[in-house]
Amino acid sequence: MDTFIQQIINGLVLGSIYALVALGYTMVYGILGLINFAHGEVVMIGALTALTVIKLLADSGLPGTLVVLIGMLAAIPVCMALGFTIERVAYRPLRNAPRLAPLITAIGVSIVLQQLAMIFWGRNYHAFPPILPTTGRDIGGAHITDLQIVIVLLAAAIMAGLMLLVNKTRLGRAMRATAENPQIAGLMGVNINVIISATFLIGSALAAVAGVMVSANYSIAHYHMGFILGLKAFTAAVLGGIGNLPGAMLGGVLLGLIESLGAGYIGDLTGGFLGSHYQDVFAFFVLILVLVFRPSGLMGEKVAERA
Amino acid sequence: MRFTAKTISLAVASAFVVLGCGKPEAPPPPKAEQPAAPPAKPTVTVKIGHVSPLTGPQAHLGKDNENGARLAIEEANARKLEIGGAVVTFDLLGEDDQADPKQGTTVAQKLIDAKVNGVVGHLNSGTTIPASKLYHDAGIPQISPSATNPKYTQQGFKTAYRVMANDEQQGKVLGDYATHQLAAKKIAIIDDRTAYGQGVADEFEKAAKAGGATIVAREFTNDKATDFAAILTKIKSKKPDIVMYGGMDAQAGPMAQQLKKLGIKSRMLFADGGCTTEFHKLSGDAGEGHYCSLPGLPLDKMPGGPAFKEKYAKRFNVDIQLYAPYAYDAASVMIDAMQRANSVESAKYLEALPKTNLDGVTAKITFDEKGDVKDAAITLYQAKGGKWEALESIGGGAPAPAQPAAMEGMGGMTAAPAAAPAAAAPAEKK
Repeated sequence: MDTFIQQIINGLVLGSIYALVALGYTMVYGILGLINFAHGEVVMIGALTALTVIKLLADSGLPGTLVVLIGMLAAIPVCMALGFTIERVAYRPLRNAPRLAPLITAIGVSIVLQQLAMIFWGRNYHAFPPILPTTGRDIGGAHITDLQIVIVLLAAAIMAGLMLLVNKTRLGRAMRATAENPQIAGLMGVNINVIISATFLIGSALAAVAGVMVSANYSIAHYHMGFILGLKAFTAAVLGGIGNLPGAMLGGVLLGLIESLGAGYIGDLTGGFLGSHYQDVFAFFVLILVLVFRPSGLMGEKVAERA
Repeated sequence: MRFTAKTISLAVASAFVVLGCGKPEAPPPPKAEQPAAPPAKPTVTVKIGHVSPLTGPQAHLGKDNENGARLAIEEANARKLEIGGAVVTFDLLGEDDQADPKQGTTVAQKLIDAKVNGVVGHLNSGTTIPASKLYHDAGIPQISPSATNPKYTQQGFKTAYRVMANDEQQGKVLGDYATHQLAAKKIAIIDDRTAYGQGVADEFEKAAKAGGATIVAREFTNDKATDFAAILTKIKSKKPDIVMYGGMDAQAGPMAQQLKKLGIKSRMLFADGGCTTEFHKLSGDAGEGHYCSLPGLPLDKMPGGPAFKEKYAKRFNVDIQLYAPYAYDAASVMIDAMQRANSVESAKYLEALPKTNLDGVTAKITFDEKGDVKDAAITLYQAKGGKWEALESIGGGAPAPAQPAAMEGMGGMTAAPAAAPAAAAPAEKK
């Protein structure tokens, strides 16, 4: 039983990180109908920027939690600026181009960012300094660190904040209007360029937070880390219904749980026929099943509205 | 052997020009090489390919290998070797296979098309094995510094050589060590499903079973993963004495950390892929007490280790990661064979390769009939105070397991280079 609870905890932590990154994909898709493949790289830049700041301050005698917070606060504006620039340079000129063009551009931006990060931060892995308390608590024989609790709670809080923003504020209303029909929204007095930039700014800020979480939890950052993370988060967004905010959250958590339980039990369930290397296969199998029965994802009813 | 600043900069510049990477810090190439040599001696340029992952998660190891090979080639160029009556300039064509088997064959074909006379590489077993078929068909000698999967030299390819002990030897040493010295009864094994990781884990499993241990879990991850919580949680429930991981440092470090976070007290065992300085950076204090094995001797116990370390630091201004001395030796073996055959033609110096008898940086290098290095040493280490501390060396002409004896054994071997008069100029030693 304690193993099972531990696997659930593992899945929740992993899933919260996926969810946070997935939000970035889903926000941009919801408004532009564009899959921003560079989003994983923004997460990576956020992680490496924060890590650089954290390393500078690691020996300053400040409490570890404060140092990480400063690192995160430093990474957020960097990522926001990056997200803004990506949209201005790579996506805006192609807004009325065929849909394939921005998709290819997105992949191109992703490669450029990766290589730039490789030149800037080097090929080596960067270790997260051991400044955060490693204390934790036991729940029914399972172990969870304080950091992991913070990750899960912070992800949930950000999600709640984002829902409030989108559903209750003026900016949110404008975002929803733009998502529904940019031309009409423009005619109604919504400055869609501002709204789209705002979407990228918010998504990139979330990416920075996610980047810090990932590198703090796994104590590692690398110029290549955004690729797999981005791919998984994209999967989570599709699973939940791309374009739908709660869907991204649900998809992320679900994917984390599936991977964790898959890796933990698939071997025993199949009598050793399939091992834990099938955890991704398992996750994608679930994705295919969901897409067969609900082509727009678990919560993605609105997707078909955008042409 | 003395280098003038000019020859080095010439060699560096020409290497960069060939690579086309035009690093800003490289000095401007002082004209092309051909007109720079007015004497009657003809000059030839010999292309040597080098392949390793220069991007992706193993880029740090890949660059390390390339640096090692580059150092050997720059030194050979500085010596202005005469082969077949012409002064030879070696060009290193560094290619990136991204540690991906598909990419490995693509760049192998690219090198073959570029008409290289030999290939140093690849780094990973998974890329080396499929590429070796292409090199074999093209008749191009290939010396891998670090591909340790036994299959590489078991395919019957006359062109395939390696300068490092293979996983059969390494897995066996690790397995014996786990069951005898560490007295492990219950063992969990994880591998990254690459040709290397799987190979070494399988060999370890055989040896551990033969030693009387029970394998309580066999789990898998991949060479890009960072999250191991799920498989480690499963392993925790089986309460193993030892957790063995077959894979590279980028996974081994975080894995050690997650092991500690989950409250698993078992020690871990790694093969050479986890046996790096990077491991300590990535695992922090969670790395303490774990074990690893490395083919060959510790760098400072290698016959040419300390001198190589100094040269490397001076030239590249970074620390050696892992296999650079082997890449250096692989390139040196190739150049040595060309000298002995007095030809840079693949077919001709290939005949000379089996008779290699070279005092390399890592060991005295001789090959068996398959192309594996003979009598290769394997050393076991334990992580103590953020460093790998050598425990004992096995093989390599050092039957006594104690370290001082191993040192003497190696020292004795380096004293006999004159035995092979045909072997002109052994690897650089200052």
